[in-house]
Amino acid sequence: MATRKPVRWHIALFLAPAVLVYTAIMIIPLFGTLNLSLFNEDGNVRVFVGLGNFATLFGEPLWSEAFWNALGNNAWFFLIHMLVQNPIGIALAAILSTPRLRMAAFYRTAIFIPTILSFVIVGFVWKLILSPIWGIAPGMLDMVGLKSLFAPWLGKEAYALTTLALISVWQFVGIPMMLIYAALLSIPDEVLEAAEMDGITGVSQFWKIKLPLILPSIGIISILTFVGNFNAFDLIYVAQGALAGPDYSTDILGTFLYRTFFGFQLQLGDPYMGSAIAGAMFAIILVGVCVYLFGIQTRLRRYQF
Amino acid sequence: MKSTFRIALLTSTLMAGAAWAEDVTLTIESWRNDDLSIWQEQIIPAFEAANPGIKVVFAPTAPAEYNAALNSKLAAGSAGDLITCRPFDASLELYNQGNLADLSGLASMANFSSVAKSAWQTDDGAATFCVPMASVIHGFIYNKDAFDALGIAVPTTRDEFFAALDKIKADGTYIPMAMGTNDQWEAATMGYNNIGPNYWKGEEGRLALIKGEQKLTDEAWVAPFKELARWKDYLGDGFEAQTYPDSQNLFTLGRAAVYPAGSWEISGFNTQAQFKMGAFPPPVGAAGDTCYISDHTDIAIGMNAKTAHPEETKKFLEWVGSAEFAAMYANALPGFFSLNSTAVEMKDPLAQEFVSWRGKCQSTIRSTYQILSRGTPNLENETWNASANVIKGTETPEDAAKRLQDGLASWYEPQK
Repeated sequence: MATRKPVRWHIALFLAPAVLVYTAIMIIPLFGTLNLSLFNEDGNVRVFVGLGNFATLFGEPLWSEAFWNALGNNAWFFLIHMLVQNPIGIALAAILSTPRLRMAAFYRTAIFIPTILSFVIVGFVWKLILSPIWGIAPGMLDMVGLKSLFAPWLGKEAYALTTLALISVWQFVGIPMMLIYAALLSIPDEVLEAAEMDGITGVSQFWKIKLPLILPSIGIISILTFVGNFNAFDLIYVAQGALAGPDYSTDILGTFLYRTFFGFQLQLGDPYMGSAIAGAMFAIILVGVCVYLFGIQTRLRRYQF
Repeated sequence: MKSTFRIALLTSTLMAGAAWAEDVTLTIESWRNDDLSIWQEQIIPAFEAANPGIKVVFAPTAPAEYNAALNSKLAAGSAGDLITCRPFDASLELYNQGNLADLSGLASMANFSSVAKSAWQTDDGAATFCVPMASVIHGFIYNKDAFDALGIAVPTTRDEFFAALDKIKADGTYIPMAMGTNDQWEAATMGYNNIGPNYWKGEEGRLALIKGEQKLTDEAWVAPFKELARWKDYLGDGFEAQTYPDSQNLFTLGRAAVYPAGSWEISGFNTQAQFKMGAFPPPVGAAGDTCYISDHTDIAIGMNAKTAHPEETKKFLEWVGSAEFAAMYANALPGFFSLNSTAVEMKDPLAQEFVSWRGKCQSTIRSTYQILSRGTPNLENETWNASANVIKGTETPEDAAKRLQDGLASWYEPQK
C-alpha cells in the first residue's frame, strides 16, 4: 500500500518570492495597461469605450499612418539586426572558438564591452562621431579620400534609421556572439573528431556539423532580438529625441508610445491611447513569440550527446 | 537647584524643537536646470533672508522631460509645493485637473497686465493660476566683429538680410547662419515663429487664426515657410544632423556669423563668446514697415493645490510677483524679460537691445501656443516637423502649410 505523497509546500515557498515580485511589477501593470486601453476620458470622467481606442488607432488616418510608419520602421530595425547583427555574431563566435586564435579572451571582452554601456553613452558617442561639425567620421573618410561618401546620416530621412540600427548592432553584437560561443564550446570533441575522420574540416565542418548543432541557440537569439527590437526605445530617444526625426523616419513603436502616453512639449499625454498602442505592441510581440514557439522551435531537431 | 536646571534644559530643548518644526521647506518644480546656480545663490537666499523659517529648494528636471515627469509626480502626490508653469494649455490642464491652485486673489497679481497673465488664465479670464515671471523675445544675434570685418550694416529689411548672408557666404570665413534641423524645434521656434509675425502681422493674424478667419494656407502663413526654404543655402555643411548645442557652439566659437535666437541665449553666449555681439529683430519686407516681434510669455510659477504649506507657498508667490524679484530675476538671467508692470533696469547691453524692440515693434506670442495645440495632431509639434522639412527642402512650403491646415481643421471647429 503506497502512502500518499506529502504535499511539497517547500516548492511553493521557494517560488513565492519570484512569483510575487514578478506579479507585482510585471503581471499587474500589464493587465492594468490592457485594462486602461479600453477606457477613454469624456470631460473629466473615465468611460468604458471597449475597443474604441483601437478603432481610432487603426481607423483614423492620422493615427493609423503614424502607427504603420512606426511598425514599418520597427520591422526594418529588426531586419537589420537579423541580417547584420546575428550573422556577424555567429561568425565572430566561430572565429573565436578556433583553437589556434591568439588573444581570444581579449577580443571576446573587447567586442562584448559595448553591450554593458548605457544607451545614453552609446547614443551620445555615436552622435559625436558622426557629427558633420565635430565628428571624426568626416575626417577619417577624408584621410582615405572618401570624403564625398560622407553625409549627415542621422539627419537624412533615407539613412537615419539604418544608421541607428547599425549603431545598435555595434552595441549588441556581443550577445549573439557570447551565446553562440557557449553553444559551440558545448559541442563534444568526439563529434568533431568523427567529422575529421570522415574528412570534414575547416569551413565545411562549420556548415555541416557545427551549424546544425547550434540552430536551437540561433533560434533563441532570433526571438530575443525580436522582443528586444520591438520594445526598443532608448537609443532612438537619446539620439533623435521623442519626435524621432527627421520627419518621423526613425519613429518606432517605443517612441510613438512614449509621445502618446506621456505627451511631448505642448502635446498633453493621453494614457488611454498610449495604452492602446502598448496593447498593440504586446499583441505583436505575443504573436511573434507564438509563431516562433509553435511554428519553429517545435520543428528544430535537437541532438543529445 | 538641580531640578530647576533640568527643567531649564528640558524647556530649551522643547523650544529648540518647536523652533525647528517651524522651518517649512518648499520645493520648486522647474525645467530650468540651467538656472540652478542662480536660484541657489541669488534668488532663494534673498527670499530666505526676508522670510526666516521658510526654506526653499529648487529641484529642476531636464526640459524635455519636465511635462511628463511633473504629470507623473502630481498623479503620485509627490510633486513640489511650487510648480513652474509652462504657458497655456499644459498649465491650464493642470488647473482643470485641480493640480494648480487658483491664485486670482494674490495681491501681487495687480502688478501684471492682462496680456502678461493671459498665458496662465482660464479661457474666460476668470481665474489666474500662475504668477507670470518672464517672457522671451526672438530675433537674430550676430557676430559684430564679423559684420565689421566684412563691412556689413545691420540689416533691417529682408533684402538687406539676404544680401548680408550672401556677402558672408561669398567671403567664406564664416558660416552665414548657425542652425540645424536635427532637433527640429529651432526650425519652428527660432525660424517660423521668429520671422512669421512680420508676415501675419502679429496679434492680428494670430487671433484671426484662432477665430477661424484666416487659414494656415493663406499667403501670410505660407510666406514665412518660403523664406525659411531660402535659409538652406546659408546653413553649415551637414546642417541636417546639426543639433541645438552644435549650433550654439558654432556661433560662440566664432565660426558662424548670424544666429537665429531666443533671448534666453544671452547669458550663455555672454560667458562663451569671445567676440562682440549684437542683435537685430526679424527684418521687415520694406523699409519703414511696422515690425512685429515674438515676445513670448514663457514662464510663470504656481502653487500645487495639494501642498501641505499653502500659507508659506503663497508668501513666496507674493514675493515672486514683487518688483524686487522682477529686478533680481531679469538681471540674474538677462534674456528672461520681466512681465512685471514696473519697469526693470537691466545692465546687460544685449538684453537691453532685445527689450528695446518692445518700444518700436508690436509684440505677439508664438502662433501655435494658445488653444491651437489642444488637439491631435498637435499643431506645435507638427510645425516643428514642417519647418524642419521646409528648410531641408524635403517638403514645399505650400505642402507643409496644407498639411498643417488639414491637421488643424481635423479637430478645431472654427477652422473646419
